[in-house]
Amino acid sequence: VGKQPLLLTVITFLPLLSVAALLLLRSDDHVWIRRIALAASVAEFVISLLLLRGFNSGTAAYQFQEYHGWIGATIHYHLGVDGISLFLVLLTTFLTPLAILCSWQSIQENVKGFFIALLVIETAMIGVFVSLDLFLFFVFWELTLIPMYFMIGMWGHGRRIYAAVKFILYTMFGSILMLVAILWLYGNAGTFDLPEIQRLLQSGQIVFPPHTELLLFGAFFLAFAIKVPLFPLHTWLPDAHTEAPTAGSVILAGVMLKLGTYGILRFCVPLFPEAAHRMAPLIAVLAIIGIVYGALVATVQTDLKRLVAYTSVSHLGFVVLGIFAFNSISIQGAIYQMLSHGVSTGALFLGVGMLYDRRHTHEIKEFGGLATPMPVLMSFFLFISLSSLALPPLNGFIGEFLILIGTFAGHHAWAAWAASGAVLSAIYLLWAYQRVALGEITVEKNRGLADASGRERLILATVAVAILFMGIASPLFTRRMEASVDNVIQQISPPQNARRALPPLARPAKKTVSSDTAATRPLVVAIAERRVQR
Amino acid sequence: MFLSAEQHANLQRIAPEIHLCLFGLIIMVADPFVSAARKRVLGWVGFAGTLFALAGVYQASLNRGFAYSHLISNDGFSIFLQLIVIGVAALVILGSLDYLEREGIQRGEYYALILFAVAGMGILGSANELVTAFIGLEMSSISTYVLVGFRRHALISNEASVKYFLLGSFATAFFLYGIAMVYGATGTTVIDKIQPALADASSGGRLPALAILGLGLIFVGLGFKVVIAPFQVYGPDVYQGAPTPVTALLAAAPKAATFALMVRIFVVSFGSASDTWFWAVWVSAILTMFIGNLAALVQTNVKRMLAYSSIAHAGYILVAFAAGTAIGVAAVLFYLAAYVLMKVGAFLVVTHLGQHGEKRLTLQDYAGLGSTQPGLAACFSLFLFSLLGLPATGGFLGKFFAFQAALDASDAHGRWIIWLVVIAAINSVIGAYYYLRVIITMYFSEPSKDYTPTAVAPALIVALVIAAAGTLYLGILPGHVLNLAKAAADSLFLH
Repeated sequence: VGKQPLLLTVITFLPLLSVAALLLLRSDDHVWIRRIALAASVAEFVISLLLLRGFNSGTAAYQFQEYHGWIGATIHYHLGVDGISLFLVLLTTFLTPLAILCSWQSIQENVKGFFIALLVIETAMIGVFVSLDLFLFFVFWELTLIPMYFMIGMWGHGRRIYAAVKFILYTMFGSILMLVAILWLYGNAGTFDLPEIQRLLQSGQIVFPPHTELLLFGAFFLAFAIKVPLFPLHTWLPDAHTEAPTAGSVILAGVMLKLGTYGILRFCVPLFPEAAHRMAPLIAVLAIIGIVYGALVATVQTDLKRLVAYTSVSHLGFVVLGIFAFNSISIQGAIYQMLSHGVSTGALFLGVGMLYDRRHTHEIKEFGGLATPMPVLMSFFLFISLSSLALPPLNGFIGEFLILIGTFAGHHAWAAWAASGAVLSAIYLLWAYQRVALGEITVEKNRGLADASGRERLILATVAVAILFMGIASPLFTRRMEASVDNVIQQISPPQNARRALPPLARPAKKTVSSDTAATRPLVVAIAERRVQR
Repeated sequence: MFLSAEQHANLQRIAPEIHLCLFGLIIMVADPFVSAARKRVLGWVGFAGTLFALAGVYQASLNRGFAYSHLISNDGFSIFLQLIVIGVAALVILGSLDYLEREGIQRGEYYALILFAVAGMGILGSANELVTAFIGLEMSSISTYVLVGFRRHALISNEASVKYFLLGSFATAFFLYGIAMVYGATGTTVIDKIQPALADASSGGRLPALAILGLGLIFVGLGFKVVIAPFQVYGPDVYQGAPTPVTALLAAAPKAATFALMVRIFVVSFGSASDTWFWAVWVSAILTMFIGNLAALVQTNVKRMLAYSSIAHAGYILVAFAAGTAIGVAAVLFYLAAYVLMKVGAFLVVTHLGQHGEKRLTLQDYAGLGSTQPGLAACFSLFLFSLLGLPATGGFLGKFFAFQAALDASDAHGRWIIWLVVIAAINSVIGAYYYLRVIITMYFSEPSKDYTPTAVAPALIVALVIAAAGTLYLGILPGHVLNLAKAAADSLFLH
């Protein structure tokens, strides 16, 4: 379909190719290792922008598809993007150069290995977003683990080994059951090809008994929920974030958590719609618990990095809630929230990392009154915090607003509870900012701290521009998502009477909300139109 | 020539074994004439023997069919297996050259014994008759009993050898007794003729009890050789005590060959009884995986940990085996190909790092390897990741195809086999912990000060590179080998 037949392959494997270039360099040639890694990642970002040019926002079909035989007759090298994955690819290529820049000085040991790990992660993450073959998807999915494991374990802080092992075992446990489910799906569909499986499901050629569908949904969902992480499965996240080096946290929070929400939206919901509907109330409750719990726990943290880590639990709760509200607006909001959380939380970690570079601590009480010695850095920090707590017209607002309004259309109570998270986020972020930046300098050591360097200003300014741009120009994004999101909505509520005729579901029918329900449609349309006008 | 066409074809069909035995004999004869300082040359002769044997496999593959009136079946299955075991022997010989030098036990018979053992394993893979298989089993077993005790000044090596010999003989007796019972029930020992004989002997769909009992005894005997639960107890002791290159050989080649024989007997002769032996395999697979993985969790000796890991892997192979279908057999073969590469590779790394007298085998001795010997550490990590089953390695696809084959058979075996796959999947996460622990030690800990790493010998480098490249090849472009495995499995079902 795409006009550039190799574009996605190039985008996926360019980082891996630059790893080969890095391998040729001497290990102590730090300058050139950094330069090449940065040049490669910037080039990668520029090339990935080409996706925007050729992208047709009028269709829900996968674009820039590549389809080649790989293993046997059933496993294919099948790539493609649609409105859901397009911006996640761009998010990845946008954050990687920043992660490289922020590691410029702070990584001094085994520099080569560090940048190799970073670039391998980039390839793996992009691979996850663009794979349309379940096998290929799984390969990339697992491939993200190894370099991140090394990144936490080798360049992390105090309890890095504990955090690294916890991270990898948690995620592997989830994904191995997903592998079994993938194989089971293959056993029924005879193919690993995602569009093909979707077609077979849509046309009713494969029908799972409700019990089986629930198990399959569960196996997929567990893998993704651990990655997100959804409320009771989140305990690996604070450790991994806190112990990871700055770049690791940026990538982890910025992109890797989105692998989970992306997976839910791409696989769980469209492939197993009945099970998704049945489980939606439970999952929404967990998401809401995550929103409130994450926010409350973040409020009481004494460690700045851990605080930021818990904000992810809260913010990604919004994403999951938006997806399981099964409403075009809320799902668009969920995708938007993935992007803006990636930028904002990535930026928060960048800021925290800059403080760490100066003081080698994350303890809030070690800071205080930092705005005096570092006005520029702290101004940016405030700006980023405001974006993260969803202040209009910054990026965080759009996502949360769309999620809340979309959810409210069908589930008033869900939206009401979730909205409290938006209030709480103002509390924990502003309070943290107050303790770090405002007031008198409480620790003498902080008096002489240097303000943001040129490199740091470059990083922060780039992020700030992105935050502002995403806040103002959101229709540029949502316009490209719309067709794909509507397609998902359509798959969730297929016009099949067979499905409707199944035994009554676990929840009352009056709560079944989908975009084609007459009552909600006008509201949805109205909101959508208003958004386009803006 | 003086040979008839048939004799000529017969010889060609056992060409690999002939080459192996010839080179073994050459080494034995030449040994007295080679001075002690130059015994290494014999190692190269042995390596040449494996290369010739590989050429022999090619020769045999051009002349498929039965040899020696149905005693030998030279089919795709046997050819696949011979490639595996002979390849293992070649890698092990490359890895032994400098090890024997280091330990001061460089002798000709070591290489000769490897060749004889592998010849026996080749017969295990191609035997179409139970007594012939027994001869192959004995050839490979007796040679390996000696090899295990080859560090004869080390007490642990002697202990391992005796243990292996006593228990091994016992197990062989079980196997032989099983053969006798199967013969009693069916009147034949030819593997592909047992099936019709069984059909005649069964009354009303019930198999004769004698045949089932015989099959059970065969399962015990062969189960011992492939080190599956509940016959695994001796395994770790023997693997730990044997010279490390021999451990590499033991963990890979006899296991592969005996699995092949098991597949041939169970699937070809007793395919109709698969509902019966499914349960034995099912129980054994679960026990094997749990025992292997849980015991490996608590090991501090890397060699012993890898020994337990190879028990766990036998369990994963049993998962594919339990399917009992052509796809299952193909999955077993693919798994074996991937398994031997990563396992031999891992043990060869341990061989090098053991240092004189195999003193450095504990986890602590691997601390900081990532910074002192990055190449070796990277190779070892690759093998460990493959054993763990991470994608882009052969180990992952091995598990993948094994699980796929098992799920594919869920029509026949229902939800039990699905649970088997789920348990196997959970086990592979348990396994992750101990493999990762080695990687943690290599990369995340500081090297100890009082140890200076020694350079890796060129021959060992070649072996490691081959194993690593093979592991990656099977992980990324498995298509070719998978097709071979499928063709090999189909060749069994054509009988």
